[in-house]
Amino acid sequence: MSAREEILGRVREALGAEPAAVQPSALAEYRTESGLDEDALVELLVDRLEDYKARVEVVPRGNVAAAVRARLEGKEFAVPEGFPAEWLDPSLDERAVRDSREAPLAVVRLDGLDAVVTSSAVSIAETGTIVLDGSPDQGRRAISLVPDHHVCVVPVETIVGIVPEGFARLDTTRPLTLISGPSATSDIELERVEGVHGPRTLDVIIAR
Amino acid sequence: MSSVSLGIPAVPPRGFGNISAVEPFPQAAHRELGNAQLRENLGHATHTIRDKRLRVVSELPDWQALRDAGSAIKTEAMSRLPELLTQFEEQFTARGGTVHWARDAAEANRIVEGLIRETGSDEVVKVKSMATQEIGLNEYLEERGIAAFETDLAELIVQLGHDKPSHILVPAIHKNRTEIRDIFLREMPDVDPALTDEPRRLAMAARAHLRRKFLSAKVAISGANFGIAEMGTLGVVESEGNGRMCLTLPETLITVMGIEKVLPRAQDLEVFMQLLPRSSTGERMNPYTSLWTGVTPGDGPQNVHVVLLDNGRTRALADRHGRSALHCIRCSACMNVCPVYERTGGHAYGSTYPGPIGAILSPLLTGVEAEENSSLPYASSLCGACFDACPVKINIPEILVHLRGEDVEAKHGRDAGPGGADRAGAKSSGRRRGLPTQMDVALGAASWALSSGDRLGLLEKGLPVARALAGRDGKISRLPGLGAGWTQSRDIPAPPSESFRSWWKKRQKDAPPADGDGSTRGPATGGATSDGATEGEAQ
Ligand code: SF4
Repeated sequence: MSAREEILGRVREALGAEPAAVQPSALAEYRTESGLDEDALVELLVDRLEDYKARVEVVPRGNVAAAVRARLEGKEFAVPEGFPAEWLDPSLDERAVRDSREAPLAVVRLDGLDAVVTSSAVSIAETGTIVLDGSPDQGRRAISLVPDHHVCVVPVETIVGIVPEGFARLDTTRPLTLISGPSATSDIELERVEGVHGPRTLDVIIAR
Repeated sequence: MSSVSLGIPAVPPRGFGNISAVEPFPQAAHRELGNAQLRENLGHATHTIRDKRLRVVSELPDWQALRDAGSAIKTEAMSRLPELLTQFEEQFTARGGTVHWARDAAEANRIVEGLIRETGSDEVVKVKSMATQEIGLNEYLEERGIAAFETDLAELIVQLGHDKPSHILVPAIHKNRTEIRDIFLREMPDVDPALTDEPRRLAMAARAHLRRKFLSAKVAISGANFGIAEMGTLGVVESEGNGRMCLTLPETLITVMGIEKVLPRAQDLEVFMQLLPRSSTGERMNPYTSLWTGVTPGDGPQNVHVVLLDNGRTRALADRHGRSALHCIRCSACMNVCPVYERTGGHAYGSTYPGPIGAILSPLLTGVEAEENSSLPYASSLCGACFDACPVKINIPEILVHLRGEDVEAKHGRDAGPGGADRAGAKSSGRRRGLPTQMDVALGAASWALSSGDRLGLLEKGLPVARALAGRDGKISRLPGLGAGWTQSRDIPAPPSESFRSWWKKRQKDAPPADGDGSTRGPATGGATSDGATEGEAQ
């Protein structure tokens, strides 16, 4: 008998003739909506991100390019192919290194870059979580991981209040990365150190 | 597997690997208690994490509803396990991954080794995973010339120090910063000799040490916090980014996941991604969570495998009173609130799974008859703090008591009487019955006495005699026989001159007829409290 059949057989045997369990939806009494308006969402998200030691800025939509430029001036950075052109000031073109699934940068090349700029799919205010889903404006997972500085644009309409609202908007079959602040460790005497293997600096630009 | 299977056994086979205590818990605990540094560090860690957890848990108005939902989803998942595993396999395969099944630790290790060999690589990077620790994968690979590099900072410290984890969340908590610096200076070939013991400097030394490994690794091995049956998605929850490195950069990714980790729907993540981070590190959300579904062309590993591991899980599942231990999401909250764990530390439990959950999970995976784990269900004062803390509401104290019963039955000379008939059958028929021990005799006597008010009354007449045993300070400092162990480290207050029952009878006679309200509060007032209190302190 194959391991598969044997294990499935054992599971069936172990369960015996158990009655089917209650469907959890019947028990779903937890919150599925926050009911917060846009101002409240932005305020909460900013508060939570700052708590994680991310640098956060809220700018009008027309000023995103200027905000991005301020963060990336003088740096050589990766940019996913689908990143909106209107968010990238032409003065940065020279140092912008394009990446896509079809023409991926080598890992060592990414390691040599100073920074990366991406958009984002969904942000959850209550937990200060930004989700990347690998869409063309966010790029491959490696580009937002290897460079030491991540500049991330959060369009205001992608902000939701709580975790269930976030997952409701996400497609789990895409490669998802949930980011809540820069990487961190508390492994040495429980003292928190921000920035271990992931980008040590996280800049968030919320575009209203 | 060379063994020929003669039909499905009545009790699924036990698990193997690092899920067994290497010595009885009391003995190990006794030694670990002598380690003052361990105790101090653990005390600090458990209290700090506990406070953080309480803070972020109290922020959520629907915490209890989330716990109920978490528990219900896990119960549903277990009851639909065959169907969910098959669905997971189908989905994961359809999206470009390969599914393997492993009956036990040895089979899982062999599968992983084979997959690594196929790539031609002789080293792998690893992201903290309890399942691979459980099956002893690192040791297995090392013996066969494949180097496995742990990349979680704490795991790295433990690995470089040739040590064992003492806590599932902060495995190196028993080491101080200076010790960590010394380990790094000794074991990292390229480390700056002027390295100080400042945590930031140490973390940066680890970053530099692992960076080249990450950038050049061809194969990564991970565990998984969840597997979603609906679409074949796997998830890893972490803090440092080492997980993302392993899950993203290498060409080949091999995930070892216990079969109990499967969840029915992607939507279930909305519950567990609230329960887990808050219960575990006491954060609103952990820094990084990665979810991947098979292969994404052009993004991340293109050769993706998952090994579905039994290793005693079906055995635990067959125990209807113990199976909810499989709901565990490994958050470690139960450890951080456990008064026993806080003092003994994780090493005393021997197994990969320490603390209250380990005390039930390890014997459930191996069977409580496995001699080395039979003392684990006693490693608890049954205070219930673990049950309150558990985000998926596993009733650990109840399972502990159940396993103690199983252990007593396995070891001692009572036949499965009429009451034990339902679980006798195949399970206990092969068991050797030992001679009754002192404990059996004592418990037998207790059951004789407690089953009848008259008998108890008769015994209580002996109280004044016991009182005479006590010294002038009113304490009994040495009991004979089995009681000796109890009085070795504590004195028992002398029994009161009168039993509660006889005091109550007298009081009822003396007292004016109670009005309805007062009668329910009766025992809490008057002379009863002092006797009651001393009894409480003896716990
Ligand atoms: S038993 Fe509950 S509290 Fe303990 S680690 Fe598992 S999920 Fe967490």
